[in-house]
Amino acid sequence: MSAPRDFAELFSTTSPWLQGSGPNSEMVLSTRVRLARNLSEVPFTHRAREEQLYGVLASVSAAAQSSPAFSDGLLLRMNECTPIERQVLVERHLVSHELGDGARPRGILIAGDQRLSLMINEEDHLRLQSLTPGFQLAEAWSLADQADDQLNQSLEFAFSEEIGYLTSCPTNAGTGLRASVLIHLPALVLLEEIQRVLKSIMQVGLNVRGLYGEHSEVMGNLFQISNQTTLGRSERDSIDSLERVTRQIIETEERARERMMRDARVQIEDKVWRAYGTLRYCRSIHAREVINLCSAVRLGVAMELPGLCPLRTLNELLVLTQPAHLQRIHGSELSPADRNIVRAQLVRERLAAAEHGTGTNP
Amino acid sequence: MLCQICGKNPATVHFTEIHDNKMSEIHVCERCAEEKGMAASASQHKFEIADLLAGMVDAMTRTDEERVGHVQCPRCGLQYSSFKETGRLGCSECYTAFQFQLRPLLRRIHGDTKHRGKTPTHGSAGAERSRQIQRLHDDLQRAVEREDFESAASIRDQVRKLEAELQAERAAAHGAEHSS
Ligand SMILES: [Zn+2]
Ligand SMILES: [Zn+2]
Repeated sequence: MSAPRDFAELFSTTSPWLQGSGPNSEMVLSTRVRLARNLSEVPFTHRAREEQLYGVLASVSAAAQSSPAFSDGLLLRMNECTPIERQVLVERHLVSHELGDGARPRGILIAGDQRLSLMINEEDHLRLQSLTPGFQLAEAWSLADQADDQLNQSLEFAFSEEIGYLTSCPTNAGTGLRASVLIHLPALVLLEEIQRVLKSIMQVGLNVRGLYGEHSEVMGNLFQISNQTTLGRSERDSIDSLERVTRQIIETEERARERMMRDARVQIEDKVWRAYGTLRYCRSIHAREVINLCSAVRLGVAMELPGLCPLRTLNELLVLTQPAHLQRIHGSELSPADRNIVRAQLVRERLAAAEHGTGTNP
Repeated sequence: MLCQICGKNPATVHFTEIHDNKMSEIHVCERCAEEKGMAASASQHKFEIADLLAGMVDAMTRTDEERVGHVQCPRCGLQYSSFKETGRLGCSECYTAFQFQLRPLLRRIHGDTKHRGKTPTHGSAGAERSRQIQRLHDDLQRAVEREDFESAASIRDQVRKLEAELQAERAAAHGAEHSS
């Protein structure tokens, strides 16, 4: 995959984290590592003046683009992106909601292979992120760690011996590290064991939240598990404990799936195929329904039911059926009702293409 | 974001609740949180600064509150009272200016106040050595965990050697400072 040179080229490629590859990819969609850093000489983003932030954007992007990690990087300035383009970046997990508002001098630098990215002037001056497919914490950490060292060659970060890397919010001070995995736990939800599991995750000091869903529901059985604290333990310690706990959760989910298949195989297969049928032949569909149905199909794929689509197609659908992607593909703004129709068409076409083994990019 | 109960004040207290296998996030202002007794049931929510600070106010007397509320960062001008509202510090110097107030807060958030992670790369050979020591300490712990005492002993020797070197260097640097 060659490095995208502009937004259009970026849009036409599939983000690496959606490729459905990597260890345990049938259960863990992606692994992310983020490091928060600030320049020592400039007030934190929310307290810096406009021209200081332009200075940060210029110096950080110049330093990054002269480093090996970002030498073929694509810099997008938020105030030069359209609202839909900014939202596309949010839907691809490249940009946070905060950066996506586009109001101040902010930008994102995306490395050629799209696994590394750097948000500039988010809550902290630098938010370095590595996003890899499947469950590969060591790999994601090593990518971010090396890029951080490279950036540090030409940038001086706010740091104290006592507290470590200094961040705008004290919850990130120390390592500035947030490592997370995006994990699919349908059997634990179906068997109503998820509550116990989530509680135990929180008890060992990790944070867990639903990926989709507004306030009251978890959609698509997708959960994001991450480290909670950044002070008092090394990066490797934090990453090791997330790794350990995630392995335990993977095993618990696997056992739940085995039990489910043993006790209710027909019902589960029926659920999977009904979900697939709805996606394959729908004429109008809400984003929420796509997410939930894809969860059932993903379970079927993980259990190796023959005749379903590849994981990659399911991952892509999660992102492509969101509002900004739909509108960008369609080429114009759409009302929610029209979106449902366009969404249904896109889902049908994607699944048909996967059936014929001719997956395409957007 | 406005408080989901009164709809008037900004929401500064955030809860994640798990109920019937569903997670819900609740965003409320400090006053409503207090009135509804939510602060008391804070055992399983994620950390939020304002909400931690709200809990810590009780521990301080009112005069203490007023005294530290006016402490100001000499570099960026941020007042401690304003940090309390937003949960955001203004610059790296704020960490020094508010160190006495921040230490208990950091302890409550992280359970610790001492950085044990990586250190910036550019800088002295001493910094590089402390990184190495840090890494060896990690390895040492791992070796002990898997009961590989042979490796542990050899790692411990390396750590001692590096620490001695580092100490000698620091002493030399100190001596130079005093004599110049
Ligand atoms: Zn309120
Ligand atoms: Zn300050």
